[in-house]
Amino acid sequence: MSTINVKIAAIKQVTPLIKHFTFVKEDGSEFPAFSGGSHVVVSLNIGGRVHRNPYSLMGSPTDTSAYHISVRKQEQSRGGSVFMHDYVAVGMSFKITYPVNLFSLAKKGHKHILIAGGIGITPFMSQIADLKRTGADFELHYAFRSPEHGAFAAQLAKVCGDKFHCYIDSEGDRLDLQALLGNQPLGTHMYVCGPGSMVVAVLETARNLGWPESHIHSEQFLAPPIGEPFKIQLEKSKIEIQVPAEMSMLEAIEAAGVGSRFSMSRRCMWAL
Amino acid sequence: MALAFNEETFREDYTYRNSLSGIKRFPFPFPEDQYMYSVNIEPHTKGKQGSVFEFPLDVDEHYVAECNDKKITLEQDPGRYQALPHMMDAQWDFVELTMESLARDYPKHFSLHKKGSSWTWENKPLGIKDTFTFGDSSTLPMEPFEYMGRQVQGDFVLLDQRDETLYADAGIVTSQADWSLAFNVGMSWREWHGPVPRATELGVMDRALKFMLNLQLGSPVRRLNWTMTVNPRLDTSPENYPYWGGDRNAVNPDNVGDLVNLRVELQSLFRLPRSNAIVFSIRCYLISLKDIATIPRWAKRLHRVQKSMHPDLIEYKGMTKFHPMMVDWLAKFDDGAILEVGTQPE
Repeated sequence: MSTINVKIAAIKQVTPLIKHFTFVKEDGSEFPAFSGGSHVVVSLNIGGRVHRNPYSLMGSPTDTSAYHISVRKQEQSRGGSVFMHDYVAVGMSFKITYPVNLFSLAKKGHKHILIAGGIGITPFMSQIADLKRTGADFELHYAFRSPEHGAFAAQLAKVCGDKFHCYIDSEGDRLDLQALLGNQPLGTHMYVCGPGSMVVAVLETARNLGWPESHIHSEQFLAPPIGEPFKIQLEKSKIEIQVPAEMSMLEAIEAAGVGSRFSMSRRCMWAL
Repeated sequence: MALAFNEETFREDYTYRNSLSGIKRFPFPFPEDQYMYSVNIEPHTKGKQGSVFEFPLDVDEHYVAECNDKKITLEQDPGRYQALPHMMDAQWDFVELTMESLARDYPKHFSLHKKGSSWTWENKPLGIKDTFTFGDSSTLPMEPFEYMGRQVQGDFVLLDQRDETLYADAGIVTSQADWSLAFNVGMSWREWHGPVPRATELGVMDRALKFMLNLQLGSPVRRLNWTMTVNPRLDTSPENYPYWGGDRNAVNPDNVGDLVNLRVELQSLFRLPRSNAIVFSIRCYLISLKDIATIPRWAKRLHRVQKSMHPDLIEYKGMTKFHPMMVDWLAKFDDGAILEVGTQPE
């Protein structure tokens, strides 16, 4: 898989838990354009072990001078988000993949309902740029815990105008999914990204209301769970590998120095 | 290095010819004595200097004549270009891919200058120079995909990815081996590939689709496909079957070496950045049996491949009428020597 060498050009604390990182290419050239909803996989070398974390690209897809990601700090993470928050500094170099889109807009959709929970707002940032550029009909529904956690709320309110709806949990706002999804014109597509419980609730509501699967799109933010350690045998290489609790099988194989041609395709699996 | 472009035709008097170096760089598709349908996809990475794989988009001695032939076909049948409205981002992606590739890889013939979104494109072999605003179709003389589709060799189909499959939602198709864009536009992957014999039962098409859905930006792939065709004709479309279908009846044991051509398609697939669509490029290379016979290794190999061809494939590739004559003609170049695996000429 082709990769791009980047360095950190800027870091900004957006909320108490979210940091925004700006990448530029090491050779100073332009990045490829990308489509709304894309992510890149960032390789992080943490204590000699390579973590590959996918992050949504948040900037405008047509701005090729820099790529932007935001990372929420997770104390329960396998280390990626803590590393990004506590150790990554301006000027540091990384390898990232080319943009990959597993959460793309349905180009033939007549209307688009975007539902974001917390840090789940990130893939919508670039989608909104695409929707505005093409003049598409859309609504953004953004739910978060309390005012200080509403990263980008002010910015989005300005960009989206009356298409923007926000729900602040601490102020008692609730997103009425039944009312929102129960009254949409034919040809509407719905997209949800957020914590697992929220995604499940949205999908269940949509299915119960008879939404066709092809019109429901979701991306879930969840850390790969920490499991039990186990051993695997590699037939061809004739070696045995110990997979620790916090490592995936692939990571353990790579850590053992065995070449793997596995290409990243973590649908709905976002390491934090 | 500057290319010399042939004056030649792909219809009527068929003056198409390959130079000696054109023969040597021909993408001969048979590494083994027996042909088996396979997906045979590999990364579309930089190949040897001078080979058809050297650059993402190959420009060769046939460039000008082929673009002229494409123009004639489009004049006679404008329906060979089609694009559904939601493919406009993919159209611009295609413009960027083709202009950047040609200007970077063939700077003697093509140039591209950007000032923000104002782009100036010059195509010296075809005498074209235009300044336009990237993203604004009204600043080009025609839709962006058609504009550049006319300036690159081969056929192009833009595939939209949705509902876990691919839809052929735009195309410029003037050199197809007996398939129709008008018939296929808007079709899904499975509808499109329904007729390929032996492929569906082998599960080949499902695996290929899965692979393509995961195609990554910056990591294009390619494969070779082939058929045999009578006369070096690019436009062997079903729409124009009356103009070429009958040519098969003209083949006899004396002219088979001149009339029958191996037609190789270099198929490449690129993920496009803004649209997340895929461009499927089908580039056609033609070589007569007589020219193949100048390369002893290829003549022997082609003889063995054709002699052992499955009857279903002979029929599917439209070779039934001349197949025995072709095998007989090739037999005299085959001394039975063992050939190592590989497609190289020597």
